[in-house]
Amino acid sequence: MGVKGRIIWVAGPAVKADGMLGAKMYEMVYVGEERLIGEIIRLTGDTAFIQVYENTSGLSPGEPVYGTGQPLSVMLGPGIIGSIYDGVQRPLDRIASAVGPFVKRGVQASPLPLEKKWKFRPLVKKGDVLSPGDIIGTVQETPLVECKIMVPPNSKGGEVVNVAEEGDYTLEDTVATLSKGGAVEEIKLYHRWPVRTPRPFRKRLNPEVPLITGQRVIDTFFPIAKGGTGCIPGAFGTGKTVILHSLAKWSDAKVIFHVGCGERGNEEAEVLKKFPELTDPYSGRPLMERTALIANTSNMPVAAREASIYTGVTMAEFYRDMGYDVLLVADSTSRWAEALREISGRLEEMPAEEGYPSYLASRLAEFYERAGRVETLGRPERIGSVTLIGAVSPPGGDFTEPVTTHTVRFIRTFWALDPNLAYSRHYPAINWITSYSGYVDTVKVYWESHVSKEWSELRSYVYSILRREDELLEIVRLLGPEALPDEEKLLLDVARMVREGFLQQSAYDEVDAYCDMRKQFKLLKLFAEFHRLAVESLRRGVSLKSIRSMPIIFRLIRAKSEVRNDDTDKLDALLEMMKSEFEKLMTKEVVTTT
Amino acid sequence: MSLSKERRSAPAGLTYGTISEIKGPLMVIEGVTKASYDELVEIETKDGERRLAKVLEVGMGKAVVQVFEGTQGLSIEGTVARFLGRVMELGVSEDMLGRIFDGLGRPLDGLPEPIPEEFRDVNGEPINPERREYPSDFIQTGISAIDGMNSLVRGQKLPIFSGAGLPHNMLAAQIAKQATVPGKEEDFAVVFAAIGVQNDEARFFKESFEKSGAISRSALFLNLADDPAIERLITPRIALTLAEYLAFWHDYHVLVILTDITNYCESLREVSAAREEVPGRKGYPGYMYTDLASIYERVGRIKGKKGSVTQMPILSMPSDDITHPIPDLTGYITEGQIVLSRELYRKGIYPPINVLMSLSRLMVPGIIAEKRTRADHGDVSNQLYAAYSRAVQLRALAEIVGRSGLSAIDIKYLEFGDLFEQRFLQQGYDENRSLDDTLEIAWEILSTLPEQELTKIKEEYILKYYKRKSG
Repeated sequence: MGVKGRIIWVAGPAVKADGMLGAKMYEMVYVGEERLIGEIIRLTGDTAFIQVYENTSGLSPGEPVYGTGQPLSVMLGPGIIGSIYDGVQRPLDRIASAVGPFVKRGVQASPLPLEKKWKFRPLVKKGDVLSPGDIIGTVQETPLVECKIMVPPNSKGGEVVNVAEEGDYTLEDTVATLSKGGAVEEIKLYHRWPVRTPRPFRKRLNPEVPLITGQRVIDTFFPIAKGGTGCIPGAFGTGKTVILHSLAKWSDAKVIFHVGCGERGNEEAEVLKKFPELTDPYSGRPLMERTALIANTSNMPVAAREASIYTGVTMAEFYRDMGYDVLLVADSTSRWAEALREISGRLEEMPAEEGYPSYLASRLAEFYERAGRVETLGRPERIGSVTLIGAVSPPGGDFTEPVTTHTVRFIRTFWALDPNLAYSRHYPAINWITSYSGYVDTVKVYWESHVSKEWSELRSYVYSILRREDELLEIVRLLGPEALPDEEKLLLDVARMVREGFLQQSAYDEVDAYCDMRKQFKLLKLFAEFHRLAVESLRRGVSLKSIRSMPIIFRLIRAKSEVRNDDTDKLDALLEMMKSEFEKLMTKEVVTTT
Repeated sequence: MSLSKERRSAPAGLTYGTISEIKGPLMVIEGVTKASYDELVEIETKDGERRLAKVLEVGMGKAVVQVFEGTQGLSIEGTVARFLGRVMELGVSEDMLGRIFDGLGRPLDGLPEPIPEEFRDVNGEPINPERREYPSDFIQTGISAIDGMNSLVRGQKLPIFSGAGLPHNMLAAQIAKQATVPGKEEDFAVVFAAIGVQNDEARFFKESFEKSGAISRSALFLNLADDPAIERLITPRIALTLAEYLAFWHDYHVLVILTDITNYCESLREVSAAREEVPGRKGYPGYMYTDLASIYERVGRIKGKKGSVTQMPILSMPSDDITHPIPDLTGYITEGQIVLSRELYRKGIYPPINVLMSLSRLMVPGIIAEKRTRADHGDVSNQLYAAYSRAVQLRALAEIVGRSGLSAIDIKYLEFGDLFEQRFLQQGYDENRSLDDTLEIAWEILSTLPEQELTKIKEEYILKYYKRKSG
């Protein structure tokens, strides 16, 4: 058991206690008569510096501090999916049932429902010899997610001396007993794991499967791989949160964690309202059956915000270890960094850039390093992944600030949000010139084998139109659009069509919100073909004016929201229609001029 | 007074005469054995004057307190500090509507103190996100630029980003006067907090409320420019404590106007500097985001409760700079922003709302996607944005290359830009437009563009509303 000390100083979330000799760094402690949750972040002699995860108003020197001997941990087992937790895995739904609509402090509640019975199906038998990570049995956690009951990674393993029969068990029931060298270990439906320690795996694999997000600008131009890392920096109002919500809604991951880290309460309410109503495009089931939320809103205690991303990523790794693809989106890592800065300030540490502590970069690196596609521990062999995507909120939209500059060192996909795009309501406001993805080459194989051999070529073709537009706009800014030759004017027109008809995507349009790979490819092809045919017609004497007034243009731009994913034959028909319109134009105008 | 007398004179806590240091708004008291963080402290001078303070830091025999009324005139000798054994509370009651209070909640209108129904911690408690009701009731403000393109929603926090001399007060007063939820008659209240604003501005609001009859369902908390600066840290919290009480215990729909948040942040910086904390950007403390969030997040709706709190904070951007930490951090917390433009103001346009930089985050997910208003509302708004932003870009281009360098369609857009400002944005202080009026004007000006330019609008709405030129 842990030590017992006494508070000697309180200032906001920071507390000092003496009589703490024997306590460990990052040990979880209970602070004060109300037993507020805290964590030791510095030890000097017998004095411990504690960050408290709850509001410390009214806390006095002299009150007791109880050590637990354990690091801050999460409870891992069935019941996580569909829940909403605060930054230290306290269940907000059960807290609300207990104390009403306002979050009170000092409320103890188990993260997982202890009274609930789960249907356990054993997969091992007496006499089997198990090692860490081996699957003992399964529990159908939600209709979408089967929770695999594994030998915990920190277990010693051993021979199965007893295993429960198929039946209903609570979390605290023992479902298997292992014995090794006389030591007996009881396995329950859950185990605990410290949040700051990455869960072990056997081998790291190359992330080569794209995470399909249904967002055209992402999947086609700046893809992310399963097990990859990405960040979305953007000034306020550029739509970070909407993009993260879209990713959480439509990505083809098995399990989604949404970490709201110092953000708005109403946004959590939006997720809670809409996710149960929306269906997963891959299974047709409500999205909430594969999603869990960690919500530490901006007005909830700042230290718990610091812990929230570790809480989230540890739970993500737990599902990865079952062999699932997991996506974690964190909104926003800047608020997490600020929490770090605030605590560091109270510790009176020497600040580095803009008051952030000097270990900001290494903490960010540690976090993003927990992403990856891995071969997990245990049998049967399985591959799982954790994809990490973090929003960054740079002050004043300035990407040279410390959190952004350090983050980009550790991620491989960079979706830069552009306020100018947002001002003209071009959403998602991902700037296609400054963004990049390190996964284009790795996911190319997948696109070419699953969708079309032409993918890579078409992608470059359309991307070059967008790049050329950027250059031409510089000239237009000086000389005006009328100074350009017709072929370049045409290019500007096509680029605008691509922007409106392909890059822009409404997160709230029923049809457009999610665009599958095939539809993305066909739309891309339509715009590429339009440009090819238009250039050809122009060269053969058709006037720019006639091309510009082609009725098909209107159709092309709207195709994204008029053609459903399951109806993409209509896009083929549109392609044929376009070809014949160009033919008509050519017979009409080329004949009259010759 | 609202901080009731019985409770204030309660014999809780100990009294110390051991003040060792006074600097800026802070006071250090030595030999403190029994005190808690955030505890309320009463300071009494030799000649009996009383001031309020709260504990910022306590331990190792001393307490650092922040004095709300300022430390001017306080002496180390002869001053005593009494620890009151509780955090700062406000006595709340429905009778506070129709009344005027100072920045700490004491009556200024010469009437007796309302009898408190309850006492509440002015810091409030965070609403459990799981119990929030997602806001989706459209508030019609009668202002086209807001209703049409940046709709306000019940339970939203939508600030006005302004600059010195711009008519933000007029705009806020007009909204307070006109705001209704179409088709609903419900108890509506305004809580107004003046934070370090000039007497004239406070009077403007008071008179505006009196004129519109809203005064009987308003509560005003005034910390004026010549009132103590540190008191400003409490004024918005007091106002929000009352607002939450009225909303969630008495079913009112409360609109809270806080002006000017910039003054609040100045006071925050003053305390931080006095504590010798490591400063963040422009000397503001690193925790300003968290601190502002503890104000702005006190809005919303709660499942199973009828009332709501909607916030409209006003802040003036120092040198009109939207990247300044105050508007910047605010924008990251609030659900959008209404930005006022000096350029439009100079053109004589009221309200001078820069729609391109303005945003209501709850409009699309809360109203448009939930189909709470006319079906074409979302498409029309998108099209206005697309067309006006193109007009603004072309305007800049035309200044360089001249109109002759532009195509015929570009010139149509330029003309649209002017119409948008003069017909759509421009309206009178007393002009209350319904959403239908607003959309009617929108269609009128959009119809000056060729039909095939309206790529953001569904065909059925074009057929229904587009005004073809009759021959």
